[in-house]
Amino acid sequence: MSSDEERPGGGPADPDGGAPGTGTETATAPAKRSGPRAAVPGDAKRTRTGIVIDALTTANTFTVTVLAIVLALAVGAVVIALSDQAVLDSMKYFFARPGDTFAAAGHAIGTAYAALFTGSIVDPETLNEAWWGMTSWSSVLSPISETLTYAAPLIGTGLAVALAFRAGMFNIGAQGQAMMGAIGAGLVGFMVPWPPVIGVIAALLGGLVGGGLWGLLAGWLKAKFGAHEVITTIMLNYIAAPSFVTWLVTQHGVQQPGRNDPISKAVEPNAQLPHLFGSGLRANLAIILVVGAALVVSWLLRRSTLGFEFRAVGSNPNAARTAGISLNRTYLLVMLFAGVLAGLGGASIVLGNTPNAITPSVVGSIGFDGITVALLGRGRPVGTVLAGLLFGALQAGAGQMQVTSQVPIEVSTIIQSLIVIFVAAPALVRAIFRLRAQRVGALGQNLAKGWNG
Amino acid sequence: MEPGEIHALLGENGAGKSTLMNVLYGLLTPDEGEILVDDVPQRFGSPRDAIGAGIGMVHQHFMLVPVFTVAENVMLGAEHTTGIGWLNRRKARRDVAEVSERYGLRVDPDALVEDLPVGIQQRVEIIKALVREVDLLILDEPTAVLTPQEIDDLLDVMRSLKDAGKSIVFITHKLKEVKAIADRITVIRRGQVVGAAQPDASEDELAALMVGRSVKLTVDKLPASPGDPVLDVAGLAVVDDRGQRVVDDIDLEVRHGEILGVAGVEGNGQTELIEAIMGLRPAIGGTVRLNGRAIHDTLGHQYGTTSDILARGVGYVPADRGHDGLVADFSVAENLVLDTYRRPPYGKGLSLRPTAIRESARERIDEFDVRTSSYTTAVGTLSGGNQQKVVVAREMSRPLELLIAAQPTRGVDVGSTEFIHGRIVAERDRGTGVLLVSSELDEILALADRIAVMYRGKVLAVVGPDTPRERIGLLMAGVTGESAAEETDE
Repeated sequence: MSSDEERPGGGPADPDGGAPGTGTETATAPAKRSGPRAAVPGDAKRTRTGIVIDALTTANTFTVTVLAIVLALAVGAVVIALSDQAVLDSMKYFFARPGDTFAAAGHAIGTAYAALFTGSIVDPETLNEAWWGMTSWSSVLSPISETLTYAAPLIGTGLAVALAFRAGMFNIGAQGQAMMGAIGAGLVGFMVPWPPVIGVIAALLGGLVGGGLWGLLAGWLKAKFGAHEVITTIMLNYIAAPSFVTWLVTQHGVQQPGRNDPISKAVEPNAQLPHLFGSGLRANLAIILVVGAALVVSWLLRRSTLGFEFRAVGSNPNAARTAGISLNRTYLLVMLFAGVLAGLGGASIVLGNTPNAITPSVVGSIGFDGITVALLGRGRPVGTVLAGLLFGALQAGAGQMQVTSQVPIEVSTIIQSLIVIFVAAPALVRAIFRLRAQRVGALGQNLAKGWNG
Repeated sequence: MEPGEIHALLGENGAGKSTLMNVLYGLLTPDEGEILVDDVPQRFGSPRDAIGAGIGMVHQHFMLVPVFTVAENVMLGAEHTTGIGWLNRRKARRDVAEVSERYGLRVDPDALVEDLPVGIQQRVEIIKALVREVDLLILDEPTAVLTPQEIDDLLDVMRSLKDAGKSIVFITHKLKEVKAIADRITVIRRGQVVGAAQPDASEDELAALMVGRSVKLTVDKLPASPGDPVLDVAGLAVVDDRGQRVVDDIDLEVRHGEILGVAGVEGNGQTELIEAIMGLRPAIGGTVRLNGRAIHDTLGHQYGTTSDILARGVGYVPADRGHDGLVADFSVAENLVLDTYRRPPYGKGLSLRPTAIRESARERIDEFDVRTSSYTTAVGTLSGGNQQKVVVAREMSRPLELLIAAQPTRGVDVGSTEFIHGRIVAERDRGTGVLLVSSELDEILALADRIAVMYRGKVLAVVGPDTPRERIGLLMAGVTGESAAEETDE
């Protein structure tokens, strides 16, 4: 999986460099060279542009992913049109004046997707006003800030799922791990009157430990008793939330004074994540932290001995074991790291977003969304970051969409799900866009093993 | 092809034999050229078309449903139903009984396939084709998975099919079988027919045609000069995954500078024996010592993990490379360091050294003549023989005390076999002790300095390399004569 770089066809550069005296080398060296090269005739003639065009018209990972997004937006457009009152009204006289229906649909889709864009990336109107000094530049950054705020926890849990995927494990437990991360960070954050800087670090560590231990528990159950991680992590999700967290935040000393609902005290200001673009915008250090985490995971998988073990176990546990790799140690470490990453995602919410307190629903559904993000990112750290940003943008834009064009937030959820479905069925995308076939594996095929895995 | 003829298709691994036959069977479509059946050009879009034209195929890897009975497997894909849509099991059973009667293919129609030995499963595959009334039967490497006795049985079946007027294409790279059964031989190399031969051609001639140069079928080696024991197994007992005692009180000794061959039909405890030595499986009794230091002691304690045992200078070529030896998704370079990635120069602390891994991969690919377009190629895309060379290259390119080679040339063509055998002997001459486990008697006889014959978890005898082939064959079948017992103490 890591063979990203391709050497052009042909054998090793020095075919005569082998051990002398065996006779085999010299006798077969010419054949060795011509063999693979003959398989790709005319390879050398291809121009750079030709290669680019080729790549764009073949069903490779990139084109399939982009086109899956386009398809999902197209289906989403139909849903938007059908949920618009003006469209439905005009459909009553569709056969008399079909143009009305199409105009209304066009308007509904146009305003909805425009809002999706202005809510997540940039609003041209605000940009214009800022240019003429009518509003502050920081309001131009507001949509991006929202996108980053939504994306950061998703990337954290996405990495937690992706890392486990690469080691052949299906971590459904990012939800519970994120919850425990949020709890750890929250408890550390409000228990002690922290000085600046140290407070943030301590609270973050609390989050990483909370998530890590919860992941490690699933890893230990697998290593020690052979319990399948899919089952244990689902159950651990239930235990973390709502059960444990609801009990915890209603305890004296944890619950916010003067409140009857399950909410903890707020995290000390010194333990909160600093904002990136000033206090007016929500974007905070979390996005930097998760991107950093993605780089660490990337290094771990590609360049470290541990990552080599993880990938070997994920791909062929028998061969890994035969080569002296300890499966149990790998299960423990992978689930520990996955829990830490999900914990980072959970902690970033409690430490970064108001009300900066633990509640049973504080992490939303980032653990489950993380599975989606990891699938779309194909189990790779960089892909997971990109997928997390996309989903963050869709979630940030969905709010704006609802405000300006009354399109329900759920449409955004539908689009997110459709993207993943289309990516999971590359043959469908290929057929619709008539792409030339290439060996592109369906999503999830290599990633998650089944119950026998 | 003539009716009633056995036509052997001979070629190295990756020569294109299987591809050609998959085209014939409709699994692949030809880019150009045509297939004539009874002088009529045919174009097969699927196996169904091929079966319709009277062509059946038995694959190297069986296509049977393990939890179905023989009769159910035979009717699969051509189910007969009674008037109201019930499956007509009785007719299927009758078909099986009738075909097995006619061609002497004894098999119980009601047995579950998963309970049958491999040889009988293969029979079911053949019956499957015959029930569909094919005239031409393609057998793709049918003997690769069989014991010597089963091979003899299969050859008998092939003769009786031939007498009944069926034609057979027999794909193989084993020269002895070809000579024993074929009426005509076609040799394929690199996708082209390079020659035809009569069955009376010598094995050397056939091998030369196959490989494209002359090959030595025997291994040149000097007499061994054994030193101190490197591996000492005493009273070892091991259970398999189902709790059966499959290694039962085994004593073995491998000395520096000698090759101890373990002969035996597969499944007689060889795998479990090796896994215990490698620390992959616990011992329930007995001791294993490497250079005098214990791996398993009498108290059932294991010293060190598999990784430690490898680090103590053991090289291990597992019997099933796809299952235990290679990570198919990994590149050739990564597979070449699969058990050394932690040690310098490939790993330093937590990080891998990609440059060192690349450099070493280039050298290994050259030295062991691994045919791959690049060291970044995924190992799973290489042919079986080249995959095996990757495993051998990995295990034999560091200083070793003990080399454990299980089926080191399984599925490997003549040219590569010659090369791997040469390397094993060279390793011995360097002073390494070699434990060679093989179910191919030829391989044992060619390489071993002493031969231990395993049967049902026990070593029946340890004999010298000049022991007649027939006697070892009998021992492999569990027959011990008086003379065999005498030599056990040797």
